[in-house]
Amino acid sequence: MANVLTFRPEGIYCPAGDFYIDPWRPVDRALITHGHSDHARPGHARYLATHAALPVMQHRLGEITAEGIGFGETRRIGAASVSFHPAGHLPGSAQIRVEVGGEVWVVSGDYKTTPDGLCEPFEPVRCHAFITECTFGLPVFKWRPQNEVAAEVNAWWAANAAAGRVSILGAYALGKAQRLLHMIDADIGPILTHGAVEATNAVLRRQGYPLPDTRHVAPDLNPKDYPGALVIAPPSALGASWARRFGTRSTGFASGWMRLRGVRRRRAADRGFVLSDHADWEGLHQAIRATGAEKIFATHGYTEIFARWLNSAGWDAEVVPTEFGGEEDEVVDSPGEQAPAS
Amino acid sequence: MKDFAALFTAIDQTTRTTAKTKALAGFFAEAEEADKLWTIALFSGRRPKRAVTTTQLREWAAEEAGVPLWLLEESYPIVGDLAETIALLLPPATRHDDAPLSYWINELRSLAALDIETRKARILDAWDRLDETERFLFNKLITGGFRIGVSQKLMTRALAQATGQQEAVLAHKLMGGWDPAETSYHALIEAEDPGADESRPYPFYLAYQLDDPPERLGAPEDWQAEWKWDGIRGQLILRGGSHHLWSRGEELITGRFPELARAVDFLPPGTVLDGEIVTWDGSQPMSFSTLQPRIGRKTVPKKLLKEAPVILLAYDLLEADGADLRDAPLRDRRARLDALLAGLPPDAPLRASPRITFDAWQTLADTRAAARDMRAEGVMLKRLDSPYLSGRKKGDWWKWKLDPLTVDAVMIYAQQGHGRRANLFTDFTFAVWNGNDLVPFTKAYSGLTDAEFTQITSWVRKNTLQRFGPVRQVRPEHVFEIAFEGIHASPRHKSGIALRFPRMSRWRQDKPVQEANTLDHLQQMLATYGT
Ligand SMILES: [Zn+2]
Ligand SMILES: [Zn+2]
Repeated sequence: MANVLTFRPEGIYCPAGDFYIDPWRPVDRALITHGHSDHARPGHARYLATHAALPVMQHRLGEITAEGIGFGETRRIGAASVSFHPAGHLPGSAQIRVEVGGEVWVVSGDYKTTPDGLCEPFEPVRCHAFITECTFGLPVFKWRPQNEVAAEVNAWWAANAAAGRVSILGAYALGKAQRLLHMIDADIGPILTHGAVEATNAVLRRQGYPLPDTRHVAPDLNPKDYPGALVIAPPSALGASWARRFGTRSTGFASGWMRLRGVRRRRAADRGFVLSDHADWEGLHQAIRATGAEKIFATHGYTEIFARWLNSAGWDAEVVPTEFGGEEDEVVDSPGEQAPAS
Repeated sequence: MKDFAALFTAIDQTTRTTAKTKALAGFFAEAEEADKLWTIALFSGRRPKRAVTTTQLREWAAEEAGVPLWLLEESYPIVGDLAETIALLLPPATRHDDAPLSYWINELRSLAALDIETRKARILDAWDRLDETERFLFNKLITGGFRIGVSQKLMTRALAQATGQQEAVLAHKLMGGWDPAETSYHALIEAEDPGADESRPYPFYLAYQLDDPPERLGAPEDWQAEWKWDGIRGQLILRGGSHHLWSRGEELITGRFPELARAVDFLPPGTVLDGEIVTWDGSQPMSFSTLQPRIGRKTVPKKLLKEAPVILLAYDLLEADGADLRDAPLRDRRARLDALLAGLPPDAPLRASPRITFDAWQTLADTRAAARDMRAEGVMLKRLDSPYLSGRKKGDWWKWKLDPLTVDAVMIYAQQGHGRRANLFTDFTFAVWNGNDLVPFTKAYSGLTDAEFTQITSWVRKNTLQRFGPVRQVRPEHVFEIAFEGIHASPRHKSGIALRFPRMSRWRQDKPVQEANTLDHLQQMLATYGT
């Protein structure tokens, strides 16, 4: 099997097209799967991403030289042809397919296989080699259907509202926050947002993604005017003085890690909702089977364990030798790792 | 199990003590007697006799989940709890069941009489009738270790709220060697005279760490000072002609220290002493490392008895002539203790822990500085007019420990944590310089804040040089101050040195790697402080 892609210290590299995918050091030409800061980094000379992912990237990275591409559209770069396919991770997120001389490799980026109703649903792509994330690549990670989690969040919010408490829900500013907004019952009460969340909302609304009405918690906003509100904020804001203005409150946190009691307790939020934009154990297997790939590379997460498992189950699997920095959205979940609020 | 699972969830979802107490008190007010009794038992560290081994549980769970055993074993340290790992791994239950907690406990107890295949079938059947939380609790009944943020104290308070009895009375009723399989809720909690049990200890009074200068405590003449020994806290009970020894963790450890059996020859029945068990060379305590081999053993070989004999250094008298002295001031208790132990022959396994005389705080500070020579960790300060309280209460008892020993070391390996910190790198190996080489000498897991662990995790991901399974060799770039309580020679370690209670006391981001300490320096510390 020819090496369509190789692993360099800068990131995943395509020699035939002389470009990188989600590189973590500055390069000349970067193809970007999605706007999370561990994938879309500043400093590249040229960017290529889906039309749907670009506005958020431009919002976050400022002035960049970027080109857009439609989902499913094929583009020739050097001796390689590339195309972007929905990854179901967040609005605009893509897997990147690279074909060189009939050999097809796919880089998954971050993905989830179950549709969330907001972003373009995951689309399996046939390939010879599949470079897959495995953030939650352990059999203990299983997600419940989105509607069940939504019912849990709604019940928590409604109970808080009835008891005169504000509900503050911690969620990543890009992706998780909008997914929550889309899945909850907006009739329960007013929805307030932290600046970092509202800025992303504004970008996605302009693109036409349907989100319920929200109100930005500006310095002059009086929380008393919004009894029974749900506040969506980045996790870092939950424990900060920012949250204190809401008086009596209950805090919640939505992440795949909430599946583990130990992590749930570390967050010290009142409630942990198990909700992830990454594939669970079953989702990873569905995706891998659907590609028909004979070679699997595991990256991001429990790579050694996951690769060992795949080998024992009959695949030819390897660990991507280079680790691409910290994760924005699920792996590292502390205040220090947040995207800058704007 | 539904009610108990709801109780567990309510407690687990909150960090507020008042909310936990309220949930527990509500349960004690509502639940049936058998469930109440078992809840008290579980939250005080008791559990039904183990009917299956954890090895069997792992094998059956892996088989049910359709994964190889090694994958379960790899997941376990990441989840941090075997009962939870199994609960998360199993396929969803196909049935529901409303049976109460005590039903499942009796189910487990009945397994002991069955053959292994039947036991397996019954466990699989149970798993299929319980939802995820119930399953986790069911597994916990088997594996034990029911730590869910409910201290004995919190439980006692909830029980006091539900029954209207005094907390102190309940605390005493719950101490000791009662067995939920042998008693009833009525006999344990409601009956009039449960104190009939001769072995029953008093709840221990625990000291706080003194962080402020001792001058803040007021006049030195109001205080008693003693050495803070590096042994095991123990309560020796002499009643009705026999003796019982309790550890602070409420474990009956009588059989582990047969030396103390002779106490009944010297002291009258109806005597209860609080003190420290230490190994004794005839004139002073030996190092803690000599006591260590005796802690885990239920029976002690003769050789060990000879090499590491123990005594009790008593510092408080809780009961004399069968009367509870805890309300009397320390001044009086101590006087009676000294009188009681005064005439004992030198080979008695009991001694009064000496009082340190001092007239000014500075004098005591000077004495304290020599604690290591006395094989002590520092000094204890106790208010002379204080009663013997229960649990950790601020104000009357203080431990004023020596500052720990420290060394500046370079982080060279990192490994991911588990449980609470499953997604962070928290387990590190540290090295000191030996010429141009870095020699690993200790591991440390604790001491940093979550924010610091997050920061170092991000750094580790970007600075991995090599992987050895889960262990990553990282760029030797960061210096940490490692604090520890003791140092001793250890041929098993590459450095020839082992530390006691090592932890990261500071991340020295100000220090270049070249300025980390050397192996020579560690060897000097071994010569000075080693045991
Ligand atoms: Zn992402
Ligand atoms: Zn990512």
